[in-house]
Amino acid sequence: MRYVSLTAFLYLFWLVLSGHYTPMLVVAGLVCSVLCLLAAIRMRTADEEGHPIELFRGAITYLPWLAVEIGKSAWAVTKIILHPRLPISPTMTVVTATQRTTVGRATYANSITLTPGTITVAADGDKLTVHALVTEGALDLEAGGMDRRVSRFEGSA
Amino acid sequence: MTFALDLASWVCILLGSFFVVVGAVGLVRMPEVFTRMHAASVIDTLGVGFLVLGMALQAGLSLITLKLLFLLALFVFTGPVVTHALAQACLQDGIAPMLDADRRADRAAAEQTEGRRS
Repeated sequence: MRYVSLTAFLYLFWLVLSGHYTPMLVVAGLVCSVLCLLAAIRMRTADEEGHPIELFRGAITYLPWLAVEIGKSAWAVTKIILHPRLPISPTMTVVTATQRTTVGRATYANSITLTPGTITVAADGDKLTVHALVTEGALDLEAGGMDRRVSRFEGSA
Repeated sequence: MTFALDLASWVCILLGSFFVVVGAVGLVRMPEVFTRMHAASVIDTLGVGFLVLGMALQAGLSLITLKLLFLLALFVFTGPVVTHALAQACLQDGIAPMLDADRRADRAAAEQTEGRRS
């Protein structure tokens, strides 16, 4: 199932990027997709970490939520940058990632980094070291709202 | 209709350009490497996001729009990895971040007392 889905994705990717639909190229794309699948299997990347189909359903609601969060905090950072006195208060903190899987934890750490104003600088097991541009950003993360949201996204798998 | 689309696309492109400029200004104004990374992240989220959206409106429903979406996805998935690698390289290299508050030790201590209680 995972292999079929990965091949389908690779083939779609080929079709979109190529834009030429002569029989020769269409068949060549299919052959290449299957060859890539075989290579991925041999490299052991065609697993739940390399192609997490279980997460697609959750991603439909998670990605828009994340986009809104990114927009909000990017605007906050924009205001800080343009503020005449540059009111920053850099803070380091540690947050706990409560996700079950490594993919879930990686999603959480990357979501923190994607949101302007907070960067995951180190990950050790379920402990993420975070650098925040302002102290409020660190406190927000410690409150764990985003952590719970990522866990919900992972839980729907 | 085309005028409305053109207008929306130009608004998006100008907004994107604005955020790119803001990120660049932040890059100069921030005092050290970690805070500068925060400024740069405005560019590769809102800046790139609005620019891609504006260009997608110009291209309409076509293969080009799909390719633009791939580009956005590439940014979303590789951006954090690069930022994380850069931040960790700075820490490894012994660059101490300029901090107003360091809550790392506090947080570790708080967790230990919590663990003892439970």
